[in-house]
Amino acid sequence: MAVPVRKFDAVIVGAGGAGLRAALQLSEAGLKTAVLSKVFPTRSHTVAAQGGVSASLGNSEPDHWHWHMYDTVKGSDWLGDQDAIEFMCREAPNVVVELEHFGMPFDRNADGTIYQRPFGGHMSNFGEKPVRRACAAADRTGHAMLHALYQRNVRANTQFFVEWMALDLVRDEQGNVQGVVAMEMETSEVYVFQAKATLFATGGAGRIFASSTNAFINTGDGLGMAARAGIPLEDMEFWQFHPTGVAGAGVLITEGVRGEGGILRNSAGERFMERYAPNAKDLASRDVVSRAMVTEINEGRGCGPNKDHVLLDITHLDPEVIKSKLPGIREISIKFAGVDPIKAPIPVVPTCHYQMGGIPTNYRGEVVVHDQVVSGFYAAGEVACASVHGANRLGTNSLLDLLVFGKSSGNSMIEFIKAAPKDLPPLATADVDRSLARVARLDGQQNGTPVETARAAMQRTMQNHCGVFRFKDMLKEGVEKILEVESMVKTIEIADKSKTFNTARLEALELENLIEVAKATMISAEARTESRGAHVRDDAADTPEHPNGRDDQNWLKHTLWFRDANRLEYKPVNLKPLTVETIALKTRSY
Amino acid sequence: MTTRTVKFSIYRFDPEKDAKPYMKDYSVELDSSDRKLLDALVKLKVVDDSVSFRRSCREGVCGSDAMNINGRNGLACITDIDSLKQPIQIRPLPGLPVVRDLIVDMTQFFKQYHSIKPYVVNDTPAPDRERLQSPEDREELNGLYECILCACCSTSCPSFWWNPDKFVGPAGLLAAYRFIADTRDTATNERLDNLEDPYRLFRCHTIMNCVDVCPKELNPTKAIGKIKDLMVKRMA
Ligand SMILES: Cc1cc2nc3c(=O)[nH]c(=O)nc-3n(C[C@H](O)[C@H](O)[C@H](O)COP(=O)(O)OP(=O)(O)OC[C@H]3O[C@@H](n4cnc5c(N)ncnc54)[C@H](O)[C@@H]3O)c2cc1C
Ligand code: SF4
Ligand code: SF4
Ligand code: FES
Repeated sequence: MAVPVRKFDAVIVGAGGAGLRAALQLSEAGLKTAVLSKVFPTRSHTVAAQGGVSASLGNSEPDHWHWHMYDTVKGSDWLGDQDAIEFMCREAPNVVVELEHFGMPFDRNADGTIYQRPFGGHMSNFGEKPVRRACAAADRTGHAMLHALYQRNVRANTQFFVEWMALDLVRDEQGNVQGVVAMEMETSEVYVFQAKATLFATGGAGRIFASSTNAFINTGDGLGMAARAGIPLEDMEFWQFHPTGVAGAGVLITEGVRGEGGILRNSAGERFMERYAPNAKDLASRDVVSRAMVTEINEGRGCGPNKDHVLLDITHLDPEVIKSKLPGIREISIKFAGVDPIKAPIPVVPTCHYQMGGIPTNYRGEVVVHDQVVSGFYAAGEVACASVHGANRLGTNSLLDLLVFGKSSGNSMIEFIKAAPKDLPPLATADVDRSLARVARLDGQQNGTPVETARAAMQRTMQNHCGVFRFKDMLKEGVEKILEVESMVKTIEIADKSKTFNTARLEALELENLIEVAKATMISAEARTESRGAHVRDDAADTPEHPNGRDDQNWLKHTLWFRDANRLEYKPVNLKPLTVETIALKTRSY
Repeated sequence: MTTRTVKFSIYRFDPEKDAKPYMKDYSVELDSSDRKLLDALVKLKVVDDSVSFRRSCREGVCGSDAMNINGRNGLACITDIDSLKQPIQIRPLPGLPVVRDLIVDMTQFFKQYHSIKPYVVNDTPAPDRERLQSPEDREELNGLYECILCACCSTSCPSFWWNPDKFVGPAGLLAAYRFIADTRDTATNERLDNLEDPYRLFRCHTIMNCVDVCPKELNPTKAIGKIKDLMVKRMA
């Protein structure tokens, strides 16, 4: 079938922090770049980030990128690749200062420098004591950053295709990436965007879970597209449950609240984190705090009529500090929890928040399958797995990841495009046909499954079988169930067949991506028979031989899930940094 | 779980099959956990998947789901259902072309935003580290930088309805002042030149609709007043 083709040097799918940072590199280098986004750029979910972006600027007290690196490796439970982590932490001060020059309205210290606050897992001197490393614009850091990056792109004349949804990746017979198939949402017209280099910056997929801090549009499209095109997904068993989602609503309350002095309390009013993490207490790493909370709730010390949440207390803070440093949180708390945190504590529960895994890349943003670079294909941001977050991400390291790897993938693309032949090669059509068939199937489906039925089944299955604590039997059953859901998804049906801004069709296409992510997650989790970071199983308990249930002998390796027959392969963790010494394996405690 | 039934009247229009827009009545069963108008619309879409609207963050920060709710512009995701008189009348934002149902064409709105050069201009060589800014100077940006470009304000402004191509509108003017107020920006004069025009700035007649509806409690009128003051000062 003939599909119109638009040609570019580069195509970027996604206009969140990662996509916009990459776009800036390419536009400023004068390359013909198309940026596609399902939503107007400033509506991307980066806008919701609250707490901060990390960089060892040392504006309030001594700090060093090497300490930041140590914290990140430790936070990752040693599953992060140390070359990528060194690269990110060294680059952090540069990219954050650059962002300030772009116009980011950071809060300021009295001396005019960027304001920094403490955050979970940020320590000075290799884990000694908390340090102020999170650079913040009140509790609206993501909003300020996304707008600043968009604004800078306006200045650079970046070409945006707003409300275009990429459907599938296009690869030629050799597997080289040639671009994407995409649909204009307003008209349902399908086009091919052909380019020398293609970047996925499509963000997370938190919507595989029933309860999530993620936006409706976080449906893992990049992951689904990659998986269908034969690219494996790395470490998908690792999902971060943020300790403080508003109970019942899922909306996030930033860790910055605890950074500013907030305290978690159980039904007895006890500051229970003192028992679980005597040093870092409420500012221990996220997986540690989330598990402590669930343990408190499971042991009957939860709050409220159903004893199903704990309380985040900031009533002891100066109301002026709350108003100036945490205004957005106060707004959220009043709107979604019905409490003014100046007067009463906020009900919170661990909520699915962030996907540590993703499309495997190296620190240059090139997509790699094992050691093999996929020519012409790049990924950055939450959709990618560099891997800097390993088994558990430190707060504020994601916004940093967007800046560092958005920029580095942009630079890699520039290099690649400059070295590539001037003319684009002939377009391979197999993947284009496959994509069109997917849309045609949906439009022709009869007597199928309603989208909501399949989506709800998926979200329930993930929530019940693959949550904060995981159980061997539940995982096994979860795999069976999620494969059943997959067969439901194969027949999803929409009633609305209009060509004009058909959001029902878009949601159906999104569900086809979500299900790939859900399968990858459940299957990778069932196979990993140890506990590490955010992945904790009942049959891999804390023993002297395997502290915290971690089994380095057998499991110090990355998972690669291939869609084809749900095959799993593994690859080694890169323990060798670029210039410094390996941060040696150690038991993780806070 | 307690349930309740909520009645709606929703503006419907699909240019492919409707000769003209019409209002359609719905009643939706809601759980006690469905507190916001967006929760109800999402439930409604399960029953009738052709009801079309934009949404993303569901927490009032992305600016996607601005609509006209019982005659007033607002974000569905932070509007309490129980605060609304039933049947809840939902229409698209007024004054912009309707693409379908509650989805409007925002081109004109963004064009005006882009027209004020929405980025910090500073051609002096950047230092190795951050440009310094005192906390007091930074505070000048509060109430300005938080705009989410939802268009609730501009589409409730009569001056914008009449001249969407010529009058920058409250959101764009708020953004213009955000850059004027930034001590790091060196283009104040050019920015004022850009607005010195019988329409671009001066069509604002201080009707204050914009302030009334802004879901982020920002005050475009005040920002507009400050730009006007600077113009006057500059003339003197
Ligand atoms: C509530 C919340 C608070 C957070 N706070 C912090 C924090 O304080 N610090 C921190 O470091 N991290 C934080 N995080 C994490 C961080 O914000 C995200 O990981 C990060 O913003 C993701 O950025 P991104 O650029 O990868 O993707 P996103 O910002 O999600 O952007 C994805 C883009 O891809 C586009 N897209 C997706 N699919 C398609 C498709 N098929 N076709 C076309 N376009 C598509 C979307 O339109 C969008 O433009 C937070 C996350 C949440 C949810
Ligand atoms: S104050 Fe000015 S900008 Fe605001 S609604 Fe009135 S005329 Fe429009
Ligand atoms: S000023 Fe307020 S109403 Fe207007 S676009 Fe910005 S956030 Fe929306
Ligand atoms: S959905 Fe984002 S503002 Fe309402």
